[in-house]
Amino acid sequence: MNSAAQLFFDAASLGGIYAMAALGIALIFGVMNLVNFAHGEYIAFCVFALIVPSTDAVAVLFLGKAPAFVLIPVLLAVGAGAAVASEYIVFRHMRRATPVAMMISSFALGFVIQNSLLAIYGGRPKAISLWPDLNTPVAVAGAHVPLLQLIVILSTVVVVCALALLLKKTRLGLEMRAAAENFTMARLLGVRANVVITGAFALSGALAAAVALILATQTGVADVRMGGQIMLVAFIATVIGGLGSLPGAVAAGFLIGATSIVLQAFLPLEVRPFRDAFLYTLVIVCLLLRPQGLFVPSSAKPRI
Amino acid sequence: MMGKHAQNRLLAYSTPIVLIGLLVLMAGMVSLFGDKALARTMAETLVRVVLVVGLWIFVGNSGVVSFGHAGYMAIGAYCSAWLTLKPQMKSMFLPDLPQWLAQAEWPVLPAAIVSGLLAALVALISGAAILRLSGIAASIATFAFLAIVNTVYSNWEGVTGATSSVVGLARYVDQWVALAWAAAAIIAANLYANSASGLALRATREDDVAASACGIDMYRHRLIALVVSGFFTGVSGALLGHSIGVLNPDSFYLNITFISLAMLVVGGIASLSGAVIGVLSLSVLIEALVRLEQGVTVGATAFALPSGAQEILIGIVMILILVLRPSGLLAGKELRLPRRSETRQSKNTQTN
Repeated sequence: MNSAAQLFFDAASLGGIYAMAALGIALIFGVMNLVNFAHGEYIAFCVFALIVPSTDAVAVLFLGKAPAFVLIPVLLAVGAGAAVASEYIVFRHMRRATPVAMMISSFALGFVIQNSLLAIYGGRPKAISLWPDLNTPVAVAGAHVPLLQLIVILSTVVVVCALALLLKKTRLGLEMRAAAENFTMARLLGVRANVVITGAFALSGALAAAVALILATQTGVADVRMGGQIMLVAFIATVIGGLGSLPGAVAAGFLIGATSIVLQAFLPLEVRPFRDAFLYTLVIVCLLLRPQGLFVPSSAKPRI
Repeated sequence: MMGKHAQNRLLAYSTPIVLIGLLVLMAGMVSLFGDKALARTMAETLVRVVLVVGLWIFVGNSGVVSFGHAGYMAIGAYCSAWLTLKPQMKSMFLPDLPQWLAQAEWPVLPAAIVSGLLAALVALISGAAILRLSGIAASIATFAFLAIVNTVYSNWEGVTGATSSVVGLARYVDQWVALAWAAAAIIAANLYANSASGLALRATREDDVAASACGIDMYRHRLIALVVSGFFTGVSGALLGHSIGVLNPDSFYLNITFISLAMLVVGGIASLSGAVIGVLSLSVLIEALVRLEQGVTVGATAFALPSGAQEILIGIVMILILVLRPSGLLAGKELRLPRRSETRQSKNTQTN
């Protein structure tokens, strides 16, 4: 069961989820220095967009009933819409605020979204069956891997490549990279600030929707609090990867996913419940060794 | 006649007098005119004052946002439970405590102080590592610390009761006990902020490069502030436990982190008065919304907010305040006694 191949697939798929969530956070941090705590709530929002609003224990699929080729683009659009709306309603008015004030207001926004979901859907986790066939294992290289894991790994690769292409080849991408490097200077040189920021939020929301689809399929549960844990890990990944560095966020996402699977597999049984404590201790150690992150963007050089 | 600067320094010490006076006035009004429920709310509010003032000692002076303080709270709360619970209770629910701790049955005040000291010790150890970082990395490391505390306390079955709640804590914290601790926290915070270490730390908050060029050791002063801050945060955890009587690891996690930071930011992160005013204004708002949720009759029409509206509205109010007044209600000003009349003439020429 615990073969190396099995471990590899577990690590890669968990890392893929973390990497996508971390990318969503890193994109927004890059262009406007906002540590967006509402990101986890975008994920929860997208999961709940799949089902009919009610407080019953078993969810009735709403968007989730649509065939995949309709559902996926629509849900990505829902996520992008939610993120853009939050930028328009909240963060647009805070361009001049300190990063701390913006961080706290994103915390507040997340709180509002979470409690709105609670008020509409109730606090009980709901069973939700979205594409249950994807959880049937297939044999790959001597391991039994759920089809979903393969899809997650594949889609992470696709998303990362698509994003890289977008950033390298399009005008929006060029502007985003310029903004991430030095936003004030980029604006002086004619980068369209509102377009860039809206674009970053839309991409980030779409990434949250992708994570939501994966989580909903994998766990079969819709829980109001499901975004919190993954957001915390994603944050840590963006910091470890080097704030503002997109490749760093992806790499650190995979690294954290792999570490947590390895800890789960090799920790002695009696301390295994404390796995996350070990994981976060490693995170602090890692930050102490490389405070600027593993992949330092050139914009993060110390100024003396 | 004293120089303006010397008088300013002296007046800085009047801030706690004004703030404590305000709290005493509120507590007095509540006990004279309020009902029992209002007295409970007042006690909870004053416990939050201890918490947020404790948080301010570090965050306000250093400018580093800490998400880890709920962890120090949990450590203080559980420590007080270990010391004060009846030994029979402990042998039943917390069987893995060491022998001397299982037998302990301390009075509440020393237990609260030792809880604060334990939290301060943990703050010293965790801070020694975390505070080598700066900026967002330090904030995220405090978040990791909070997650570590939460994981350990939610799984350490025989010592913390894991996710099942610890019950039976003596509910001795009424509004007067909480008021005394709030006053102590405010005085300590004011003394620290005006001490050499506090002033040095605030200099690093404004410009760390210039401060280090002046020979200020940022790491050392941040660590001192975190230890003092950890003490009062630990005490606030103990007080919270003894005011509701039940402990659960999840009551010291994201929600309380959010609400305490919200109070700090709404009042204005840069001043002690901001911390206290933030607690008072958000607490009044919460209480008003809770009452509206229960329903109010205005004339002939009964009218009630749907449940859950309270949290949503608090979030919206916070966003509004942050958008409209990003530096908080007090914007870094301190409440203090007015200047003596002889200097009134010079007031026209100066702006603060």
